[in-house]
Amino acid sequence: MTGPPRDVDVLIVGAGPAGLAAAARLAAPGVARVEVLDREQQAGGVPRHCHHGGFGTWTHPLTGPAYARLLLGAAVRAGAVVRTGVTALDWAGPLALNTLGPHGLETIRAAAVVLATGARERPRAARLVSGTRPDGVYTTGELQQAVHLYRQRIGTRVVVVGAEDVSYAAADTVRAAGAELVAMVTELDRSQTTTARAQYARLRHRVPLLTDTTVTELLGHGRLSGVRVRHRDGRTVQLACDTVVFTGDFVPDHELARRGGLDLAPDTRGPAVDGTLHTSRPGVFAAGGVLHPGERAATATREGSQVATAVRELLEGPRSFHGKRPDLPQ
Amino acid sequence: MTVTANGPLPSRSYDVAVVGAGVVGCAIARELARHPNLRVALVEAQDDVGQGTSKANTAILHTGFDAVPGSLEARLVREGARQLTAYAGESGIPVEPVGALLVAWDEEQLAALPHLAEKAVRNEYADARIVEPPELYAREPHLGPGALGALHVPGESIVCPWTTTLAYATQAVRHGVDLHLNSRVEQASRQDGGHVLTTTRGTLRARYLVNAAGLHADTLDRLLGHHDFTVTPRRGQLIVFDKLARDLLRHILLPVPTALGKGVLVTPTVYGNLLLGPTAEDLDDKRATGSTAEGLALLREKGARVLPALLDEEITTVYAGLRAATEYDDYRITAHPGQAYVTVGGIRSTGLTASLAIAAHVTALLADTGLDLGPAVDLEPVRMPNLGEAFPRPYQRAELIAADPEYGTIVCHCERVTRGEIRDALASTVPPLGLDGLRRRTRARAGRCQGFYCGAAVRELFEGAGA
Ligand SMILES: Cc1cc2nc3c(=O)[nH]c(=O)nc-3n(C[C@H](O)[C@H](O)[C@H](O)COP(=O)(O)OP(=O)(O)OC[C@H]3O[C@@H](n4cnc5c(N)ncnc54)[C@H](O)[C@@H]3O)c2cc1C
Ligand SMILES: Cc1cc2nc3c(=O)[nH]c(=O)nc-3n(C[C@H](O)[C@H](O)[C@H](O)COP(=O)(O)OP(=O)(O)OC[C@H]3O[C@@H](n4cnc5c(N)ncnc54)[C@H](O)[C@@H]3O)c2cc1C
Repeated sequence: MTGPPRDVDVLIVGAGPAGLAAAARLAAPGVARVEVLDREQQAGGVPRHCHHGGFGTWTHPLTGPAYARLLLGAAVRAGAVVRTGVTALDWAGPLALNTLGPHGLETIRAAAVVLATGARERPRAARLVSGTRPDGVYTTGELQQAVHLYRQRIGTRVVVVGAEDVSYAAADTVRAAGAELVAMVTELDRSQTTTARAQYARLRHRVPLLTDTTVTELLGHGRLSGVRVRHRDGRTVQLACDTVVFTGDFVPDHELARRGGLDLAPDTRGPAVDGTLHTSRPGVFAAGGVLHPGERAATATREGSQVATAVRELLEGPRSFHGKRPDLPQ
Repeated sequence: MTVTANGPLPSRSYDVAVVGAGVVGCAIARELARHPNLRVALVEAQDDVGQGTSKANTAILHTGFDAVPGSLEARLVREGARQLTAYAGESGIPVEPVGALLVAWDEEQLAALPHLAEKAVRNEYADARIVEPPELYAREPHLGPGALGALHVPGESIVCPWTTTLAYATQAVRHGVDLHLNSRVEQASRQDGGHVLTTTRGTLRARYLVNAAGLHADTLDRLLGHHDFTVTPRRGQLIVFDKLARDLLRHILLPVPTALGKGVLVTPTVYGNLLLGPTAEDLDDKRATGSTAEGLALLREKGARVLPALLDEEITTVYAGLRAATEYDDYRITAHPGQAYVTVGGIRSTGLTASLAIAAHVTALLADTGLDLGPAVDLEPVRMPNLGEAFPRPYQRAELIAADPEYGTIVCHCERVTRGEIRDALASTVPPLGLDGLRRRTRARAGRCQGFYCGAAVRELFEGAGA
């Protein structure tokens, strides 16, 4: 690392809903130095590319980007420093992280660290779907960014794997891209979204939903030419398509937690936390998707606020780190 | 410097045409590039070098300890390993000498170890020795229970197969070899004492011909009237595990070979993943590079025995390669002097290791066949971008980032690939024409998210570059 370590009061890794909500609660101008790092060029986390609705509240529905802007605005107004294009690479000590950005490498030390690194969808190979390795294989995250952020062309005939909320979001993006949705395929016996949404998709958009069905193989050299699916009763058919989207099946982005040797939760393999969202390492907290992969953004936001309370208690309490007691707003 | 991917091929005759730009064809082209009087064409059916078997193997730089003593393969693997190790050092190809352990799981396998050690000596490899269970488990604490002993082969190394092929191609092109991509050779005939190749991009003429067409070497050989061997694609499926699994393993863990082949191994990769595979399935479709549910289940079953903790880790990707197996036990490298033609066939499961030695051997055969090589020069060394974890990557190099902040801007987060590296790859001597090619040059999109975070951004950089 170049240069001496720099000190802040709270270092938050991830400027998604959880990290931004925590920052908004913790920061106060001239009082606590709260820094949020995000490796993407824009803050906001996953909602950045969720151009469909599904965020905010019943009374104030928002698109993902609007939701992200709202949270970012609140964090910045509170006085948090939000730095994008900066990656937390690994640990430089119990409460210090090595970071990288265009300005170079830097070690940042903090009195408390919050891991708000989110979750991603499991890609095709990790689901052990066999077959060839053609172009045209997406997760919802990549599909949304391709269509909404970069206006890239996807294929023309699309199969969506999954039938939960995120799968219907993927279907919306497919339609927004002007492509035809060939089918939604789920291993489960029914759709996992609200009845209303499923009905709407079926009636309004005539999307066939194949339940009790597994995608077993991808076909095609160069570009995807189809997927083979198997019904629970043993029947197999081939669906012709040039694009397939693997949705849901979330895994926490737990790299920092693992590299730091934090205890992991046996079910999700995200960091294990106690009731105050404290991990097994004193001073390191976690919140949001990294703890609850696949939950809605509102949950992450709520947990961000909650972790702020716990962090503040720790910093104000007797067990303060670096032998000092940071002045935090009461 | 000439790399073409479309339009008609040049009409002027070449001295030598090498068909197939796999690791073997590229090595041969590079060796011929030492001779500035020769006009050499490297002709490839696909849109990149190393898109055949050379991109999808186990990436081990073998010592040749277990080759058939006295065979051509044994000699070329032995020499090639030495040459590639030295070349890798000067060219920036990542190599890690992790060593291998051949683990015996029953009495019969244990009894075979001394014979393997003797065979290693006959292959001029003297460093193999038998280790007892306590040392074995000290070396590999995560090894599954029940191992009875192992043969330790410290010289076995891991290498980056993509950088190797690209380094050869880059050096060849910089020294005047014309690389013609998207040019599948479909017919071959002789006219006025020269070869006339009909390709998907028109006619190409050459005085001498080298057949390095890998899986299709038998087909091209037949076009020239030879029926010496038949290639049977032998598929090897492999599973790549998450880098977070890397600490589970230190050596390459090999099974004791049986009559059925080398068996399923677990190895680290230079990129910091663990690799489990390959299967060995004889097929008849030379395009069957897909994975199968049965193959993956078999690998997981074997992996569970050898390294039980591995199966708890996330899978990053799965791939399959086809070995160019023939009915023979050795390489089929044959000169046909009357035809000014050399066949390089049956380079089955060691071609990456042996590539430089194969190239020297083939060049000597061309000279024997009558080709006047003319004077030789030393090649300008190449310095390839480092894809290996054992050496500093650009994102770790403060001086590089200070000079150019693009090396401090990560695009592919899982593999920590910077915008500077992607830019460099797109502007390189042998640039990628697709995202897969970009991945092999930078690792962009090769990580655990497989594009969830960076896929669209990487595509944007690639397409924005006008590719
Ligand atoms: C495709 C998709 C669609 C969704 N649609 C909806 C929806 O319609 N409604 C809804 O309520 N929820 C939806 N969700 C769920 C919602 O997005 C998540 O609950 C929410 O984003 C979680 O917030 P988070 O802050 O925990 O994580 P994220 O939003 O994932 O943010 C984590 C941030 O951490 C950053 N980061 C990670 N590691 C590092 C590091 N080492 N250094 C620096 N930065 C790092 C990442 O760049 C990212 O910006 C969707 C999720 C997906 C994947
Ligand atoms: C599963 C597996 C594991 C392996 N593990 C190792 C290992 O650990 N270590 C090791 O040293 N080796 C290993 N090998 C072997 C090694 O990968 C091969 O020996 C080597 O890649 C062969 O290179 P090649 O250039 O002969 O063939 P290829 O890479 O197949 O190249 C042949 C090229 O010729 C082109 N071509 C074919 N027909 C035509 C035509 N008519 N016109 C124009 N072009 C044509 C093809 O497109 C292709 O690019 C492994 C192989 C497999 C399959």
